[in-house]
Amino acid sequence: MLDELEQRVIKCIAQTQHLPVEKITLESTFEELGIDSLDGINIVFALENEFDIEIPDEAAQQIRSVREMIDGVRKLVEQKRAGTVGA
Amino acid sequence: MPRRRVAITGLGVIAAIGRNVEEFEESLRAGRSGIAPIELVDRSQLRFSNGAEVKGFNPLDYFSPKQAAMLDRFAQFALVAAREAMADAGLDPRGIGERGAVVTGSCVGGQTTSDAGFVELYQKGRPRVAPLTIPMTMANAGASFISMEYGIRGPVFTLSTACSSANHAIGLAYWLVRDGVVDWAIAGGSEAVFSLGFLKAWEAMRVVSPDTCRPFSKDRQGMILGEGGAMLVLEVLEAAQARGARIHAEIVGFGMSSDAHHLTQPSVDGPALAMRWALEDAGIHPEQIGYINAHGTGTISNDPIEVAAIRKVFGRHTDRLAISSTKSMHGHALGAAGAIEAIATVLALRDGFLPPTANFTEPDPECDVDVVPNQARQQQVEYALSNSFAFGGLNAVVVFKAPPR
Repeated sequence: MLDELEQRVIKCIAQTQHLPVEKITLESTFEELGIDSLDGINIVFALENEFDIEIPDEAAQQIRSVREMIDGVRKLVEQKRAGTVGA
Repeated sequence: MPRRRVAITGLGVIAAIGRNVEEFEESLRAGRSGIAPIELVDRSQLRFSNGAEVKGFNPLDYFSPKQAAMLDRFAQFALVAAREAMADAGLDPRGIGERGAVVTGSCVGGQTTSDAGFVELYQKGRPRVAPLTIPMTMANAGASFISMEYGIRGPVFTLSTACSSANHAIGLAYWLVRDGVVDWAIAGGSEAVFSLGFLKAWEAMRVVSPDTCRPFSKDRQGMILGEGGAMLVLEVLEAAQARGARIHAEIVGFGMSSDAHHLTQPSVDGPALAMRWALEDAGIHPEQIGYINAHGTGTISNDPIEVAAIRKVFGRHTDRLAISSTKSMHGHALGAAGAIEAIATVLALRDGFLPPTANFTEPDPECDVDVVPNQARQQQVEYALSNSFAFGGLNAVVVFKAPPR
């Protein structure tokens, strides 16, 4: 079962790439999904809007799979939550 | 290398008066104007309300959703026109990509994309702008996509000389083929003008008509903005004949000049010089020209100055010329204007008719020439000029010849 964050990330990828959600699994690599560097920055843009986070350039350039993307987003969302609670 | 004759073997157009060459020609023959209330932008925020839009254009009729999302409207028009022109030419681009060129004109490129991005940023207070804004806004996006679609790997570039952009593009592509730099080319222009920010900027120039575009009419009140794209496929005439291609017309001359005078005020001398260079380049006498597709914007100042420039070049022959402005029908599509008008001129030479100046009401003594008012005319001419004169004083004139018969 996918958790809520995983579902939202996959939905962002699907919408940006005009792909059916079913085609995208946690194990999919960007290569398998035909996602190139230009597509990658589009997805990063969609994720920043969806989760109201800032994805740093280095992270955006290194991510090559759906799982890496989900892990990265989860980390940023948790950091943001911690920051908000701390403030 | 000796000069080679250059044939036009492919035509493609999308404009307010037709989404392909067939529809476009029908409208020209009927003198039907595509000027109507603007729908792409909230016109209640504008002092003028009419434009020449490509109504009901759905990018998904031409592109996959992913491709459509990567193309600004102006680049979509470029590709739509290029596809029609290439299909019409029936030229197989495989194996000849290195010897091909793409030269396009655009005044403001993908400004509708940057306008939309700035609305997000400045108006909606969003912290970021869509990542494709840069490659979608660049004025060469149309040329690049055409190059990728057909594997054209020779000279590919985009010219931006305001309202003369497409004529500069067509003229230079003609020279590239004529002088042996390449063997074939796709040349033309495209433009998408309808964003609120850009229309407000035109409003401030105070040259847009509150009703319609009436070139050369005494009661003309200004230009009407238009949008669209048009492309020509150019080939060496002999090669085109050898492969049995249909020759729509030839390009036989190109001339350009600068007024070196004023940012927006037109001059007589600059356009006259460009027409003279074009005739000289073609190696023909002024008396051989039968038709001029005028720049004819319908502004108070352009039209009489253009007529004066024509008189300066053609002298008494001016009174034997037919001079019409098809902007009265397809509007002023800025960097695409010369390309759309090239299609009109080529059809006129190929099919033996003269497109009219639509919306004509009352002769102006300062524009006392035959403007082919309101009704197309059955008449075969041998040579025609197409004029484009830009803000910034940059002039480009192309000479076309009827196809060999």
